[in-house]
Amino acid sequence: MTVELPRYHRLRGAYYRLEGSACPACPGRYFPPRAVCPACRTAGLRMFAFCGRGTLYSFSRVLQPPRGFASMAPYAVGMVRLEEGPLISCQLADTDGVDLSIGMPVEMVTRKLRDAEEHGYIVYGYKFRPRLGRAR
Amino acid sequence: MRDVSIIGVGQIPVAEHWDRSIRDLAVEAIAAARQDAGIDRVDVLFVGNMLSGELAGQENLATLVADAAGLLPIEALKIEAACASGGAALRAAHLAVGSGAHDYALVVGVEKMTDYLTDGVTAALALAADADYEAAHGITFAALNALLMRRYMYEHQARHEDFAPFSVNAHANAALNPHAMYRQPITVDDFERSPWVADPINILDSAGICDGAAALLIGPTSETRRARRPPVRIAASATATDTLGLAERKDPLVWDVDLFEPHDAFTIVSVLTLEACGLADRGRALKLAAEGRIGLEGDIPICTFGGLKGRGHPVGASGVYQLVETVLQLRGEAGPAQVRGATIGMAQSVGGSGSVAVTHILQV
Repeated sequence: MTVELPRYHRLRGAYYRLEGSACPACPGRYFPPRAVCPACRTAGLRMFAFCGRGTLYSFSRVLQPPRGFASMAPYAVGMVRLEEGPLISCQLADTDGVDLSIGMPVEMVTRKLRDAEEHGYIVYGYKFRPRLGRAR
Repeated sequence: MRDVSIIGVGQIPVAEHWDRSIRDLAVEAIAAARQDAGIDRVDVLFVGNMLSGELAGQENLATLVADAAGLLPIEALKIEAACASGGAALRAAHLAVGSGAHDYALVVGVEKMTDYLTDGVTAALALAADADYEAAHGITFAALNALLMRRYMYEHQARHEDFAPFSVNAHANAALNPHAMYRQPITVDDFERSPWVADPINILDSAGICDGAAALLIGPTSETRRARRPPVRIAASATATDTLGLAERKDPLVWDVDLFEPHDAFTIVSVLTLEACGLADRGRALKLAAEGRIGLEGDIPICTFGGLKGRGHPVGASGVYQLVETVLQLRGEAGPAQVRGATIGMAQSVGGSGSVAVTHILQV
């Protein structure tokens, strides 16, 4: 896989600001963003930025990384239940020495997502880390 | 829809076929299925494959295979639905013959995965996930299934070793299957000592990277008197989809079957599938396995020729291997792996982290 500049430009709202969608007709809140509400099938969803806090729903540690992630391995990944409701799949950051557990509070941070490719630019995006100011 | 039956099956051993290309694999399986059926006519070819573009540098695969197998100028199409491509190819063929558009359809599932190193194959398999919101974050297929497994263990207070019976059963059955890749039986101890891939998933939770091809010839049931082998009816055929991203998933059916070939790419998938299909109550699949009910002598035999774990998982071909094996069971030609008195078998081919499932129920 090569890094495609327009692709990551397109994703900047979701990757940097956790922009998803809200349905104008029902309480549905979605990440990643959608055009059509999967619950009530309403089209024309609005942009909705998630607050970036949540709790850990599940986690794993990747020991067999795919191409493009070798320098980070082993790294932790998780699913996070956002405060507004949806689940998000993500990498977990700052987990060295942390005993990860289901239910622990986590928060979004912006980090380098993968090894830089031959073109030299770096892809940044959201990861989640154990929430600061809390007992770890 | 006309009633449709499987009249010929063929398969090659699942292995690391260093000396064969994707076209060689497909041609050999096709020849075996045509030989088995004893009917020369083929009107359409469906090739189930996931990764020929990525791992063999070849798209337009169906035309290549039709040419290599000497079938030109018939209609030929590749069917891609991630790891469910094999099942999806039979689904397409069933629609083509059932509708009356074609009489005899050939289905071949083929995958060539061993020309690349593991990191390349891992990246390729992640193409079945959401590119922007899973794969770009380094979340591999094993990791997605590990996230499911960790949560399942949390919800149902399960330990990793509780999953061992699925892998032990797959290897025990694979030992009876001359086409299987992993024919050595394993113990619970082996299972527990195996290194992590993405914890809590270890190597013995996971189906291996390999090459393979399997083929089916189907035709209208009314014409099956001409076939050499006993026909096996396609009693039911269905495909359903769900969100591509695992994090966006909500929640699935029941049947009384004599054997079930689930998509056991990881032990957790067998567990979730048994529960989703209604063959086990929620949270009870591990207990069912612990009681020995999934073995060849049990009341819900699964992975009867080793499953994806034991036979091997050449991704786009696996769905067709499952169907070939189910046909052999229903014909009573399963040898030492035979489930006695089997008349109804189910095979389910799953793509992505459960984002597409193709299910067939076969009957004699």
